[in-house]
Amino acid sequence: MRQPLLERAEAALESWVEARGQVPTRETVEGFRLLALHRQGARGVPSFNACRETCREIAYHYNLLGERQDERQELMMRMLVQHLELFVRGKLEIEGLGEFCCASRPLRQKSGSEEKTDA
Amino acid sequence: MSKYEKVAYYPGCALEGTAHAYNESTKAVGKALGLELDEVEDWNCCGAMEVKNVDPKVQTYLSSRVMSIAANEMQHKVVMAPCNGCYHNLKKAEYDLAHDASSREVVERISKKAGHQTYQAGQVETIHALDWIKDGIGEDELKRRLKGSLKGLKVANYYGCMYTRPRHIFPEKDQGPGSESTLQPHFMDDLLAAAGAENVDFPLKTACCGGAHTLSDSDTSTRLVLNILQAAEAAGADVIATECPTCHSGLEMHQVRAEKVLGEKTKVKMLYFTQLLGVALGVSPRKLGVHENVSDGISLLKEKQIA
Repeated sequence: MRQPLLERAEAALESWVEARGQVPTRETVEGFRLLALHRQGARGVPSFNACRETCREIAYHYNLLGERQDERQELMMRMLVQHLELFVRGKLEIEGLGEFCCASRPLRQKSGSEEKTDA
Repeated sequence: MSKYEKVAYYPGCALEGTAHAYNESTKAVGKALGLELDEVEDWNCCGAMEVKNVDPKVQTYLSSRVMSIAANEMQHKVVMAPCNGCYHNLKKAEYDLAHDASSREVVERISKKAGHQTYQAGQVETIHALDWIKDGIGEDELKRRLKGSLKGLKVANYYGCMYTRPRHIFPEKDQGPGSESTLQPHFMDDLLAAAGAENVDFPLKTACCGGAHTLSDSDTSTRLVLNILQAAEAAGADVIATECPTCHSGLEMHQVRAEKVLGEKTKVKMLYFTQLLGVALGVSPRKLGVHENVSDGISLLKEKQIA
């Protein structure tokens, strides 16, 4: 069951990368394409790192489930994948509105922060 | 005397409103542990998300003003902020002022106009309430001061996203044994375990709660929160311990909304980690503001015979 879950997670990140007009990478990071896709998706979008640990937990649970089958670990991996899908869906929906997360970029980035600081 | 024994306290806006209970419980725990809080005089908003999105350098200034008052007017070396948003923004301002000349220039210009001394990077150390207790008291001393125990309580520790991200503004983290980890934060786990709680294995401890777009996209926020709540329950948790007022409100509000809108009921409760520590230190749940929480923590504490 771990392989289809990993592929679902990769598919979520592929959607994000494609929506930004890029070709999803086939490379891997630490043996996982998922982590390479996350790195690609976060380039220029710091707030996308809010799903970095979720991706790493998915990779960790994938490894755990390779050792032995465990219903609880499998459920956790499913919930992690679901969280990633929800997060990416939310990001896709609000992309047009600008960034509202912790490491956000300014809404009027093009006008330059120097000009905006009217103080 | 530990450098955290008396610190400048920056509660921030949320702790005067929706997170009033976090404010009360932080102060009560400090009192019980002999840690003194000296509230920053005439503090202002840290710039939160709204100002930062419009002009990040104004946010840097707003946070720097808080640190300037603490350092230059109150002669403090340490500022403690229990809110993840405030903590994050003060740390970010510190980083920007240390590394970006244009940020320094803007902060100096606005500070002069405002008529106060300009904050210089390095004048204060900004810490979270978790650092304050973990490094100011530590688990051994905490155990010594306990008057009760959280034994029998299964806890999922939820840190949210701003406590550890982005990593470069938290240079003191990831420094090996004893330091906090940005990948697997554990300070809250350590403190609550010392108070007798059983921490469950919870893989979503730093996952996004959707708090930042709760108004622009409530449905996604509700689904993200529901997933966190359901994962905590699947992990066996009775309660989710929080250390961020935005996360805490989001978890509580969307728990209610998930039931109303999606028909998905979850039973797990939410309590600030300071409320849990306070109970173990013998402070009454009422003084800790447990009755102010939306989720019914009082019943849980009674059921577990903790309070």
